[in-house]
Amino acid sequence: MNIHEYQAKELLKSFGAPVAQGVAILSADEAEAAAKSLPGPLYVVKSQIHAGGRGKGKFKELGPDAKGGVRLAKSVEEVVANAKEMLGNTLVTKQTGEAGKQVNRLYIEDGANIARELYLSLLVDRTTGKVAFVASTEGGMDIETVAEETPEKILTLPIDPDTGVTGADADKLAAALELSGKTADQAKDVFKLLYKAFVEKDMSLLEINPFIVMDNGDVRVLDAKVSFDGNALFRHPEILELRDLSEEDEKEIEASKWDLAYVALDGNIGCMVNGAGLAMATMDIIKLYGAEPANFLDVGGGASKEKVTAAFKIITADPSVKGILVNIFGGIMRCDVIAEGVIAAVKEVGLNVPLVVRLEGTRVAEGKKIIDESGLNVISADDLDDAAQKIVKAVNG
Amino acid sequence: MSILVNKDTKVLVQGLTGKTGTFHTEQALAYFGTKMVGGIHPKKGGETWSSGVDGTELPVYASVAEGKEKTGANASVVYVPPAGAAAAIMEAIEAEIELIVCITEGVPVADMVKVKAALEKSNSRLIGPNCPGVLTPEECKIGIMPGNIFSKGSVGIVSRSGTLTYEAVFQTTNEKLGQTTAVGIGGDPVKGTEFIDVLEMFLADDATESIIMIGEIGGSAEEDAAQFLIDEAKKGRKKPMAGFIAGLTAPKGRTMGHAGAVISGGKGGAEDKIAAMEAAGIKVSKSPARIGATLVEVLKG
Repeated sequence: MNIHEYQAKELLKSFGAPVAQGVAILSADEAEAAAKSLPGPLYVVKSQIHAGGRGKGKFKELGPDAKGGVRLAKSVEEVVANAKEMLGNTLVTKQTGEAGKQVNRLYIEDGANIARELYLSLLVDRTTGKVAFVASTEGGMDIETVAEETPEKILTLPIDPDTGVTGADADKLAAALELSGKTADQAKDVFKLLYKAFVEKDMSLLEINPFIVMDNGDVRVLDAKVSFDGNALFRHPEILELRDLSEEDEKEIEASKWDLAYVALDGNIGCMVNGAGLAMATMDIIKLYGAEPANFLDVGGGASKEKVTAAFKIITADPSVKGILVNIFGGIMRCDVIAEGVIAAVKEVGLNVPLVVRLEGTRVAEGKKIIDESGLNVISADDLDDAAQKIVKAVNG
Repeated sequence: MSILVNKDTKVLVQGLTGKTGTFHTEQALAYFGTKMVGGIHPKKGGETWSSGVDGTELPVYASVAEGKEKTGANASVVYVPPAGAAAAIMEAIEAEIELIVCITEGVPVADMVKVKAALEKSNSRLIGPNCPGVLTPEECKIGIMPGNIFSKGSVGIVSRSGTLTYEAVFQTTNEKLGQTTAVGIGGDPVKGTEFIDVLEMFLADDATESIIMIGEIGGSAEEDAAQFLIDEAKKGRKKPMAGFIAGLTAPKGRTMGHAGAVISGGKGGAEDKIAAMEAAGIKVSKSPARIGATLVEVLKG
């Protein structure tokens, strides 16, 4: 689960991180009061959307010469003018895709006199199975580019979960960021509190880019991107309250209510599969035979008839779906339960596109019997190759 | 021979009394008499569990340590829900259970970071979490794999995905090759056992004549495994291999069902993994329906 920058900063501030004063606003009418509550004379007006690359992003509705999604303002009047121009318009960044995202919220922040821009993040390092810091002197740019062009400028430092951030760890990070004196001391406190926040709040990513040193030598968290481990949200109701549904796909929201793993894609063949690996492989094989999947959908293990019905409805509600492939290899999932769910859904919502069903594994004979005896127009398939070819043929003709 | 589990493996079930634990324990008992020796429940110690299929009774113990002492168990399987799964694994590690298999999906990654640290200081091996388990045909079934698709044979199978493991098993059964052991290592980013650990066991197992490795997007475990295979081949240790990678069509930055299946920071894409595996001599099938057939092609040379 992702949250907005302003929410991330509030959260980090509660752990003691140095962040600028700021006010989040939903309408341009609030801009003047927001700016006046800040010290000034420099302000930053920042689009709040769940995607990176905002500064270099472009607003669809404005001309190509208009400024991006993060703007400097040197007076209250400039803040108001920018807010009017940005709010309600669609920001396209390299992470949003061509459709872009509507900017419904701005964060008006106190400006900073930046001396140095650094990069600092925390993530779970799969190789060591530990939480690791990633630090680089090359802040303010895309860390992927840094990793490609100058990998020697990146330090990855795994932290022992039994000790947390040790003095030696903090020294290494400060050295990698080329910090000294008072600035280094401040940064070392920040490393420790960021680690504490990461672990306590079950984050999966905490990225500060840039982490800055100001003219006066103080450090500050200038931007913050935080994602949380979806598997740990059950123990963080306070984090769940930060979820912004307007940032998510409607079908994905519906799927999450049913605990279905669903990702909307651009193709026209809807897929319902059990198991994440097989669901990806099903997308791949559709592509291999010349068509494009409309979605990733893993109904999971042990799904009920109701859950299968809900999954089927989500797929059929997508107007771009011109055919459906149900691919089940039952382990936990019983083929008869899938068959009953599909039949129930078809009876409830109707079926206007070709449906290919491939069943294998636990209670396959019972499942096939239910499909065969339903009297519905379902195309049976023997294996995955057969299933993929049949659905692609049915859709592409 | 086989790896990890055989007819002598004695298995405790953590979470036996729940619906999932009960169903799969019944299935395991029915699979060539897998030696399921007892269940663990902190509040139900002293009670008896009975199979709804054939009435087989198993004792329930209050702790893993007690269950191990009374039964001589050397393995445990964890069906405990996500919030308590890590604690259940920790209890099995403290009881010095040799092989712990965690089926549970949805264990918080921070919990697994702690488990991983405890594992490194122990002699226990953990498979999973978020995995289908381990199965040696006609001997022992731990977890949720459907037993009826297996046949005894010569192929070792290791996979990050449950249902793709079944595909590989089913296809090698249909190709009359059969399996030595199938191991699902699970789809989470932090897990007990990686490809390299299982590949090492398969290379050392005489009965395993060929290997299927199934990976997916996210992380670099496949690339690491490929490098391991290249290094071992230089020492003269090499077996014919086929493979598959799921997620060629997956968009970047989106988590595809498995917590670990995400292309992030420009890393973990399917193309890189396929290239690394092919460089290590693994023939990677483009179609998930042709993994078995691909291995047959490799074996024919």
